[in-house]
Amino acid sequence: MSTAVTVSDLRKAYGEVEAVRGVSFEIAAGEIFGLLGPNGAGKTTTVEILEGYRERDAGSVTVLGADPARADQRWREQIGVVLQSSAMYPTLTVAESLALFGGYYEHPRSVDEVVQLIGLEQKRDSIVRKLSGGQRRRLDLGLALVGDPDLLFLDEPTTGFDPQARRRAWESISSLRALGKTILLTTHYLDEAERLCDRVAVLREGRIAAMGRPGELTGALPPTEIRYRQDGREVVLRTEEPTRMLNELTQKALADGRELEALEVRRPSLEEVYLSLTEEEKE
Amino acid sequence: MRLFRHELRYELRLYSRSRELAFFTFLLPLILFLMLGFAYGDDELNGVKGSDYLLIGTLGYGVVATAFAGLTIVIVLRREDGILKRLRSTPLPAPTYLTALLTTTMIAFLIQAVVIVAVGMSAFGASFPSHLFSFVLSLILGAAAFAALGVGLTGLVKRAEGASAVVNAIYFPMLFLSGSFFERDTFPEFLQVVADALPLTYFFDLVFGVVYGGDQIWDRPQDVAALAIWGLVGAFVAVRKFHWTPTEG
Repeated sequence: MSTAVTVSDLRKAYGEVEAVRGVSFEIAAGEIFGLLGPNGAGKTTTVEILEGYRERDAGSVTVLGADPARADQRWREQIGVVLQSSAMYPTLTVAESLALFGGYYEHPRSVDEVVQLIGLEQKRDSIVRKLSGGQRRRLDLGLALVGDPDLLFLDEPTTGFDPQARRRAWESISSLRALGKTILLTTHYLDEAERLCDRVAVLREGRIAAMGRPGELTGALPPTEIRYRQDGREVVLRTEEPTRMLNELTQKALADGRELEALEVRRPSLEEVYLSLTEEEKE
Repeated sequence: MRLFRHELRYELRLYSRSRELAFFTFLLPLILFLMLGFAYGDDELNGVKGSDYLLIGTLGYGVVATAFAGLTIVIVLRREDGILKRLRSTPLPAPTYLTALLTTTMIAFLIQAVVIVAVGMSAFGASFPSHLFSFVLSLILGAAAFAALGVGLTGLVKRAEGASAVVNAIYFPMLFLSGSFFERDTFPEFLQVVADALPLTYFFDLVFGVVYGGDQIWDRPQDVAALAIWGLVGAFVAVRKFHWTPTEG
């Protein structure tokens, strides 16, 4: 499989503040890759360097075979960008906005096809000013898609959405997988990364704290937890062999004629992995 | 060229749909023209009929409102909204975009000039401007100089909310000091010194000279030079300070 994005030892500082301190990763063509991390972890800086908006201080970056800092119009034909804030002309209709931006590309998708893809058929001829926040965000995605790019950058595509709008956006993004697009998305929502991404890199203070498939990340971490209450106190056991430990526990409890109150067996969620990776180290 | 036509078509559509621009840059100068024209259009100002004098003043008002104020505010709003940033991620070349935007401004101002002259002729019996070629060239020179100043100014304005405040603080005093609505001779001397530095003063004198003084544009090299210098100052600042992404922090 060919590589769409290669980042190697990327560094960027703003004055004294080092926003990105040696980040390396690769994204294969057709992959959905997530950059996950809290605010200020360096996600947007990294993405904006890949989009060609910012100059890097050190490291090498190749996006679709070119250095974004020196990219030309032909390169821009192949990328689509959804920025954190949806910026569009408030007095144009949905269809006009798509036609305007589509006109910048050699081989745009048809307006109606994109309208359907983002599920705004009912709003096709409404002006942007009258759209809801979620509808604007979907048009945002449409504007990034109308040039039929190979690579899409989505910077926090669902921040500020209500749960229903997020699910709709997820469906739109998932449907792009079928089109064979490579996607780099940033998010601080774990469920979003878990749901959408093939692979995830967790950024923390400008470095990659962990990287892998969402399942691998959870697998690499703390073992299974068994919790129950005894004499009003909570007992927490961690084990690599949950089956055996659970068997021993229940046998003993049965023999004693006791109930294991509030018994719970759980694997760590990506959330806990994430928190353990991104939490400030305590003194 | 295809991209330029595409962008120009949409810029004109965006312009025509903007109520703010329609009112502040198009209607307000006309309203003031009519009001002042009925108030002292029959007096004599600077050796011509008051309404004829006001016609030139209104063209000056139009050029700062459309080419300077309107353009500055549109660019700052688009920049701070992130629209310019989004455009940078598309294959639309920056020069094509800016040329289309400036052409739109120029077209809007020339339409406005036609309307101002038509109102002057029908409401106050003004005569059709003589030396049409020099007249149009003077309007274009003025619009270009003020557009350059406007683009330059965008680089110095940090926030969207600041744009109209800064623009108004510059252009209303300039409008009055340049003598667009009253004769400058009646001002105290220090204000006349300020007026002598303002680009609008030279635009007014140039157009006045072409329309009522029997001059061609090349008979007034001092006015042309002053406008050109101001335009170059604007262009110089624009090249150094113009930015595509929202001002941070």
